Amino acid sequence: MPSVTMKVNGKNVNAEVENRTLLVQYLRDHLNMTGTHVGCDTSQCGCCVVHVNGSSVKSCTMLAVQAEGADVVTIEGLADGEVLHPMQAAFREHHGLQCGFCTPGMVMSAVDLAKENPDPSETEIREWLEGNICRCTGYHNIVKAIAAGTKNMQG
Amino acid sequence: MYNFQYHRPKNLEEASQILDVGDDPKLVAGGMTIIPTLKQRLAQPSDLIDLADINNLVGINLQYQSLEIGSMTRHCDVAKSEIVREIIPALSSLASHIGDSQVRHRGTIGGSLANNDPAADYPAGALGLGATIITDKREILADDFFVGLFETALEDNEIITAVRFPKPKRAAYTKFPNPASRYAIIGVMVAETNNQVRVAVTGAGDDGVFREEKMEAALSTNFTSDAIADISIDDETLLSDIHASSEYRAHLINVMAQRAVDKAT
Ligand SMILES: Cc1cc2nc3c(=O)[nH]c(=O)nc-3n(C[C@H](O)[C@H](O)[C@H](O)COP(=O)(O)OP(=O)(O)OC[C@H]3O[C@@H](n4cnc5c(N)ncnc54)[C@H](O)[C@@H]3O)c2cc1C
Ligand code: FES
Ligand code: FES
Repeated sequence: MPSVTMKVNGKNVNAEVENRTLLVQYLRDHLNMTGTHVGCDTSQCGCCVVHVNGSSVKSCTMLAVQAEGADVVTIEGLADGEVLHPMQAAFREHHGLQCGFCTPGMVMSAVDLAKENPDPSETEIREWLEGNICRCTGYHNIVKAIAAGTKNMQG
Repeated sequence: MYNFQYHRPKNLEEASQILDVGDDPKLVAGGMTIIPTLKQRLAQPSDLIDLADINNLVGINLQYQSLEIGSMTRHCDVAKSEIVREIIPALSSLASHIGDSQVRHRGTIGGSLANNDPAADYPAGALGLGATIITDKREILADDFFVGLFETALEDNEIITAVRFPKPKRAAYTKFPNPASRYAIIGVMVAETNNQVRVAVTGAGDDGVFREEKMEAALSTNFTSDAIADISIDDETLLSDIHASSEYRAHLINVMAQRAVDKAT
């Protein structure tokens, strides 16, 4: 089997995988990092969003072998020990989740937005979330959380 | 997903060689169409040839009065490019409304054109702006490139390397997106080029993207939305599905085209 090497949350990892293994399967089934979720089979829900070389992408629509040599960050890589990342803290503070299934993808997507646009308007936040579907919250509190989290990330 | 051999060639020649010898090889660019297709077992290629490591397929250059965009340039990079915004703002706006931010972080212009989805945005962009598709073997005018549903003039072993867009006098793209996928239910690119007016419609044709000649003729003499307001579109050859009936699509083409004319810069 082909072997693939990448950096996940700062650590070098190497494993043998089939060419058809998706990045999300590699993270969940091989590395046992189950924070990244799979919510759909159509590349639409965004539960599986991780960062690859600094951009948010859907890890269910990328092969593990395509991430050879890449720098991957997942939801597990955000907190500093017990201290939540400012975006995670904002989701907790503003009640940006109910069941939590969409949350890892929402948070990873939001952290990427904050890098691209440090002061997004409500409309810009909503447009950015086009690829993240939540079945519980109705989005209002997610949008509030992201506005607050983005601010907190600046300082 | 069925398994396959995976290749990541460093240059076009190597990619082309694997294409020539493989049993049933397929190229992969951003993977935003082909990976979902493989997941559903709708295709079973013997080999996947990833173009990701071929550096000279990425980038945006201004050459004379044309923009040349490398086939592996991602939608987000076209959307954010200062030079695209300055030379063809309609193209920057088109790219910024493809799918969602994560799709735009992977999907490429070459992949979108090669795929020729009847609801995709770039086919209307390329046909409306009178682009030229450049491959490792030849140059193909957009007018000759889009052959039918998911069908192009590309040979099996041909690789798109870049797309050349001449700077229009003015142009705009408007789309009525499917609220779930953001693909176009109707998308219209209207462009006034050096010697003609071009109107390209995506999302509607039962044979894929097409030019709307009655509108082009009317706009050539009078480039205003009033000039096309009364043009009715025959819905006979338009798609009809759960998203929109052909009558509704015919109506939307006119509305979207008028908005594009009003917006053209
Ligand atoms: C959720 C979602 C929403 C989307 N919404 C939209 C939308 O609103 N509008 C829109 O237009 N598109 C949309 N797309 C499609 C997206 O734009 C894709 O990026 C695009 O259709 C294919 O580009 P790709 O680079 O991902 O190609 P791939 O999936 O890698 O390849 C597609 C096909 O093109 C071939 N190919 C790729 N590169 C080349 C090349 N250089 N030369 C020859 N053949 C090549 C491949 O072999 C394959 O058959 C959406 C996709 C998803 C998943
Ligand atoms: S699981 Fe990846 S988009 Fe839904
Ligand atoms: S919190 Fe349940 S899906 Fe979003």
